[in-house]
Amino acid sequence: MAVIRDMIPPFELYQPAGVDDAVRLMDEHGSDGWVLAGGLDTFDWFKDRIKRPAAVIDLGGVDEIRGITGAADGGLDIGAMTSLTDVAEHADVQGRYPLLADAAGLVATPQIRNQGTLGGNIVQDTRCWYYRSGWPCYRAGGNICYAATRRSMNREHCIVGADRCVAVNPSDTAPALVALDAEMVVVSTSGERTYPAADFFIGPDIDIERMTVLEPGDLLTRVVLPAPWEGARWYFEKIRDRKSWDFSLVSVASTLSVQGGVIQDARIVVNSIAPYPVRMGAVEAAIRGREPSDETGHMAGEIAVEDARALRHNDYKIALTRNLVRRSIRDAA
Amino acid sequence: MEFLRRALNPWGEDVPIGVSWDLIWAAVIIGAVFVVVHALMVPKKVGTGEVDPDEAEGLPEKLQRHKPGARGFHWSMSATMFALLITAFFPVIGIQFPWVTIHWIAGVLLILTVIYHIYHVFAKQDFWTMWIDRRDIEEGKQGLKAALGKADAERPRAGKYPVDQKMFHHVAMVATLGAVVTGVLMMFRIDNFLWAERTYMFSDATWGWIYVIHGVCGIGLIFLVIAHVYFAIRPEKRWMTWSMINGWIDRDRYLENHDPARWTVPEAGTQAAEAEGD
Repeated sequence: MAVIRDMIPPFELYQPAGVDDAVRLMDEHGSDGWVLAGGLDTFDWFKDRIKRPAAVIDLGGVDEIRGITGAADGGLDIGAMTSLTDVAEHADVQGRYPLLADAAGLVATPQIRNQGTLGGNIVQDTRCWYYRSGWPCYRAGGNICYAATRRSMNREHCIVGADRCVAVNPSDTAPALVALDAEMVVVSTSGERTYPAADFFIGPDIDIERMTVLEPGDLLTRVVLPAPWEGARWYFEKIRDRKSWDFSLVSVASTLSVQGGVIQDARIVVNSIAPYPVRMGAVEAAIRGREPSDETGHMAGEIAVEDARALRHNDYKIALTRNLVRRSIRDAA
Repeated sequence: MEFLRRALNPWGEDVPIGVSWDLIWAAVIIGAVFVVVHALMVPKKVGTGEVDPDEAEGLPEKLQRHKPGARGFHWSMSATMFALLITAFFPVIGIQFPWVTIHWIAGVLLILTVIYHIYHVFAKQDFWTMWIDRRDIEEGKQGLKAALGKADAERPRAGKYPVDQKMFHHVAMVATLGAVVTGVLMMFRIDNFLWAERTYMFSDATWGWIYVIHGVCGIGLIFLVIAHVYFAIRPEKRWMTWSMINGWIDRDRYLENHDPARWTVPEAGTQAAEAEGD
């Protein structure tokens, strides 16, 4: 790891009071600007002196994108600056989207959940330590992946979706939002765009220097959850080294629509095994029309890891993924 | 504008990591300026069709200029080259798609194409037809004068290939081989179907220069492709372009542009039969 210093390099601090001001500032500063939400990803970068933006745009005063309200279609509209604690403890989220409440409630520690925001958790950068040490890897604009060689420490890296870079997406809420068919609302000076959560995250094959569709000048403002499926069952599980406080080694989020004891539709999403939350389309297709039984889960687990390819130190993730997918079907409630 | 992209490696050494992407636009702009200036300055002088009847005697109406193997190589190289340039540079300028697999497969196909071309040149063609000799240099000088409007200058007839075509071939060959050799080395950075990754087989600086050479060759090929396509569609060159499609040129074009003493066509009947066979 890089040496974390007490002092961070100087920058111009901007504190806009609204989204319009924020995106104007972001547009003005382009790639020299940095958007600050809860600061939990940001200050690591700054103290490591790896990222040295000229301007920091602090969203702390942008209240219009904080809070949870009902959406027009019976779903929920969650502002990107809503704290993870508020998401995890909100009555509507707990009652109608326990999948998201579970995921948000398992992020790091209570202190971090109080400070961290939903938007920040979704768009945070990967935790690959080679990358975060400031080395010139592919993701940093260089020409090497330090984590993919036979000598690398790659226990936490990916088993699917690698394309030169083998970093993983570290977010806990991202797989839940993909499983819920959430929509991400992005605002820039050119207007507002909406992305299905599954399309919001991109892999290194598309752009090796980004983890989401966001480009300089783009601001994630809201997350819109559609009305829950009728007869929906949920499952979320996060495996980590320390239960007290850690990023996931593998996490799974599932939504099953079960009617008459048979799965009508499903979303199975696994994270921290790829540079993006992996929606298991083949698994979803295979379990439709079957009972959510252990047998179905077993079959699903095998399908889930068909394309998995371990690095030197992370073959345990294949077994973890297989079992988590199995449980996400068998134990969904 | 910077020429190189540089970075500090984990040992604090300042190493090159690739060519500056600004040079993509430089190549495009230089190519566009070249096309515009050339189009404005050099007259589109289409052949008159006047030939010496004595020279024409005994020659078939159609003469083979490119064998099927040579044409196959040309178009195969064109396809792979466009695939390589599009997959290499479109993502850099913001048109993003999964490009890596297409890029290296196109690269492998290009290598196979080049190997076939080398075999074909040595086994089936006359290697020396592409060699630049003193007569070519003189042809080039006169041709340049004629292009610049010198009244008394007349471009002498060429051998099988005009000197500008030979020069293009040699520059494209250097750029292509540079990209191919460095591209093969770059495949040692990743596990692939041929071999396991050997990321640390070279120092960071050596790897950096390999990426720089690959980038320079690739960007050079942008300019070369622009120039090549431009000349292929110029009116006075279209007969050459057609010959790369159907294989033959007509007798008048042959006598107008080629010196029979430098490009001696084989026995007329054979030529005609081969041309018809294409």
